Amino acid sequence: MGGSAVILCAPSGIEPEVLECLTEAGYRLELTDDPAQALDAEPTIAAAVVSLAAEPVRAAELLKVLRTHREEPLAILVLVTSAQLAELKMDGQYFDDFCLVPAAGVELVARIDQLTHALGAGTDTVVVGFGPIKINLETYQAAVDGRILDLTYMEYELLKFLTSNPTKVFTREALLSRVWGYEYYGGARTVDVHIRRLRAKLGEEHASLIETVRSVGYRLGQPTWGR
Amino acid sequence: MLSQNDYVLKTVEERGIGFVQLWFTDVLGTPKAFHITPQELENALEEGMTFDGSAIDGFSRVQEADVLARPDPSTFQVLPFHGSGSEVARVVCDISNLDGTPFEGCPRHTLRKVASKAHEQGYTFFVSPEIEYFYFAGNEAGSTPLPLDRGSYFDLSVADLPSDLRRRSVLMLEEMGIPVEHAQHEDAPSQHEVDLRYTDVLTMADTVMTTRLVLKAIARQAGVVASFMPKPLAGVQGSGMHTHVSLWRGEQNAFSDPSDTAGLSVTARQFLAGLLEHAPEITAVTNQWVNSYKRLVPGHEAPVNIGWARNNRSALVRVPVAKAGRAESTRLEYRAPDSACNPYLTFAVILAAGLKGIEEGYELPAEIDATGTSGRPLPQNLNDAVDAMERSELLRSTLGSHVVEWFLKNKRAEWSAYKSEITQFELSRYLPML
Repeated sequence: MGGSAVILCAPSGIEPEVLECLTEAGYRLELTDDPAQALDAEPTIAAAVVSLAAEPVRAAELLKVLRTHREEPLAILVLVTSAQLAELKMDGQYFDDFCLVPAAGVELVARIDQLTHALGAGTDTVVVGFGPIKINLETYQAAVDGRILDLTYMEYELLKFLTSNPTKVFTREALLSRVWGYEYYGGARTVDVHIRRLRAKLGEEHASLIETVRSVGYRLGQPTWGR
Repeated sequence: MLSQNDYVLKTVEERGIGFVQLWFTDVLGTPKAFHITPQELENALEEGMTFDGSAIDGFSRVQEADVLARPDPSTFQVLPFHGSGSEVARVVCDISNLDGTPFEGCPRHTLRKVASKAHEQGYTFFVSPEIEYFYFAGNEAGSTPLPLDRGSYFDLSVADLPSDLRRRSVLMLEEMGIPVEHAQHEDAPSQHEVDLRYTDVLTMADTVMTTRLVLKAIARQAGVVASFMPKPLAGVQGSGMHTHVSLWRGEQNAFSDPSDTAGLSVTARQFLAGLLEHAPEITAVTNQWVNSYKRLVPGHEAPVNIGWARNNRSALVRVPVAKAGRAESTRLEYRAPDSACNPYLTFAVILAAGLKGIEEGYELPAEIDATGTSGRPLPQNLNDAVDAMERSELLRSTLGSHVVEWFLKNKRAEWSAYKSEITQFELSRYLPML
């Protein structure tokens, strides 16, 4: 059960099969070699996987960054060879758990599930939210400042998508393919129309939560480093 | 993946919706609804609801009376104007035959058909109407309409009631996800206008129906009447529904060509030529009442002759000048329709006429002069308009013979009833002298 949690992977040294297992388990992966930037851009990241097998020195640097970069807890799992096992210090300073390579997908998923649960960044989150917006994924009800919004299906899907990926800019095309899928017609202006409807329903006070990024697209909320 | 039906059913349950209104529209544009309980909804979404259509204008047929209302779950919306107690929601329906095929008397189906045709050619049609209407103290049959901001019927303290009603209506529309571009007091006493922000044509036709309903409901709560009658008061402006239209190809406005003197592409010129060529035929749809033609007279910013212009508000089609660097706002404004039209059929015939111009590569005639007096006249009355409709191949292929035949019969009957009336004009003019 991956739910909506996002996992950050420092990709060098992680086998593609392992990444595939995580995706299949429902996790969304963010592949990067620059964890600081990724953590800033994507505050919903719940866990990170780093391989010590290929480049141990570089991996150790990444772990340091991951552990200290943000205040919110982050579950960190390392992949190690059996030869490295002897030197591992299980004091939790730079990682929370480990897996031996070649890693069995099932084991890895189980360990990450356990870690993210333990951190409270539950993978079966029922409510997603950003600022005054709260969306209950089980009842399909969205609210702003506690006021229930009467949304049509597409408005709900759009708000859910933006709220699950806050502060990230999406082009109209990206929103069309990820929210509407391919069963739409009306082109990118359909997105503008729905954004305008959502803003109308959010009301004057909160309409600006959905920001137009000129000649790019839309985003929900300002990234924290922008303040 | 969450399905639309699941979303609707879950929301009905979560919000404690007491009734769901299934909305549809008859051929004349009158809103119709029946109410079902949440228990019936699941079945309605899956199989539709059978009802006897013979009492609905334009739905009656010789062989079969029953039709099927099929809710379009994408239109599900909780209605904010039903106050406390159990909530009410609406779903707009398409009407089909019992075998599931689309019913040709269903205006929403007619519009969907033309919109799909445009889509097959790679176009999306966007529409933005300006809805004019009046607030009156009452609307009993035969009474003289009494504007709210004139005369002593209402004292000073409620003199701005109409503006207040308009404001409340706009807020409610926004709450329902209907963005309003702007709203204002119009020229005539107690006349107001609500301009809706563009959207795709099918959604907009639903939206016009919703908007008229909301404006009427809010007025009724205050004990007054919102009227969309095309020309309720002699000597002042009538209520038009000027309709701004544009065709898009993906991200591109297919009407725009900044190198052209009027900013119009070849596609736009052909579309416009199609509108002008077929204007007489489609007028019976865009202006469907005897009273509609009292609005289409000189002197009140309503179109009279067939022509286009950039800066002439009595032209049938106005080409608003797109601001520099805002080529994407290029559009045509068709000024004939009135606020009492059927928006589905009106948008359908406008689009069909324009597409015809593109298909046939019509040549655009020259822009009319500032007086706007050149050009063929629009039909002068309902009878002329209905005759033009009867001769129209375009309308027969767009609306289907079921709707055309019914429309001709209904409108001829209306004209003949009108003809046999003795009017106030005749009594005050002739009685003293003849």
